[in-house]
Amino acid sequence: MTFEQLAFYFFASVAILAAAMVVTVRNPVRAALFLILTFFAVACIWMMLEAEFLAIVLILVYVGAVMVLFLFVVMMLDIDFDQLREGFAETLPIGATVAVLVLLQLVIVLTSGPFELEQVAAPVPAAADYGNTHQLGLLIYTYYVYPFELAAVMLVLAMIAAIVLTLRDRTGTRSQKPHEQTQVKRKDRVRLVKMNAEKKN
Amino acid sequence: MIPLSHYLALGAILFSISVVGIFLNRKNVVILLMSIELMLLAVNINFIAFSHYLQDVTGQIFVFFVLTVAAAESAIGLAIIIVLFRRRHTINVSDLDSLKG
Repeated sequence: MTFEQLAFYFFASVAILAAAMVVTVRNPVRAALFLILTFFAVACIWMMLEAEFLAIVLILVYVGAVMVLFLFVVMMLDIDFDQLREGFAETLPIGATVAVLVLLQLVIVLTSGPFELEQVAAPVPAAADYGNTHQLGLLIYTYYVYPFELAAVMLVLAMIAAIVLTLRDRTGTRSQKPHEQTQVKRKDRVRLVKMNAEKKN
Repeated sequence: MIPLSHYLALGAILFSISVVGIFLNRKNVVILLMSIELMLLAVNINFIAFSHYLQDVTGQIFVFFVLTVAAAESAIGLAIIIVLFRRRHTINVSDLDSLKG
C-alpha cells in the first residue's frame, strides 16, 4: 500500500465516521464540530486531487464562516434539543433502508467497470510550478465571467436577505433620527405667546 | 494509484449518510441544514474527482459556484431559523403547521 493510498483511506474513513456522528449525535454543537472535522478531511482529499484552491476555500469559507455561523445560531437559540429527538428510533429503520438502497444502487453502478483505472487512468501528477489557482482564474475571468458576477450578485442578495429577515424595529429607544432633525421647521419648535406687559409694583 | 471509483464511492457514502440524517433529524431544522451541507459536499467530491481524472478544470469552477450557493443558502436558512424562533419559540418542524400543510 503506497503512501497515497494510505492517506486517501485514512482521510476517507475520518470523513465518513465524522459524517455519521453529525447525523446521530445528540448535541447540535457537537454535530457542528463533527461537520467541521468532515470538512477538514474532505479538504485534505481535495488537496490530493490537486484542487488546492478549493481545498483552502472549503476550510476558509466553510469552517471559518459558515460553520461559525451555525455554532453561533445553535448557541444563541435556547432550545431543548432532547425534545427534538423524539421519533429518532422510529425513523431509523426507514431512513436506513432508503439510504442503503441509494448506496447499493450507486455502488453497483460505480464498481461495474467504467470508473476503474483501466478505463480512466490516473493522470500524471502536475509539475511543481503548476498553479491550480492560476488555472482556475484563467477560466473564471474569461469564459465564466458572467456566472462569476452572478455569483457575486447572489452573495449580496443573500447578505441583504439575511439582514432584512433578522432586523427588527425596536420602539422606545432614544436614537437620533437625522431625517426628522433636518426637516424641522421654525413653527414646530418655537411657540410665540401673546401676553400683557408686567406692571411694576 | 487510487481508481476514480473509490472517490465516487466516498461521495456516495457521504450522500447516503446525509439522507439518513434527513430522516433521523426531521424535527430539528439546524441538523437538517447541516445534512444538506453534507450532501452538497458529497456532490462536490464527485465534481473534483472527475475534474482531476479527466484533466478538466471546469469541474472545479462548478464546485466554486456550488460552494457560493451553499453559503448563501445556509446564511438565509439560519436567518429564517432565527426569525422562526423569535416568533414561535420553537424550531420543531412538527410545530410549524400554520400553513396547514
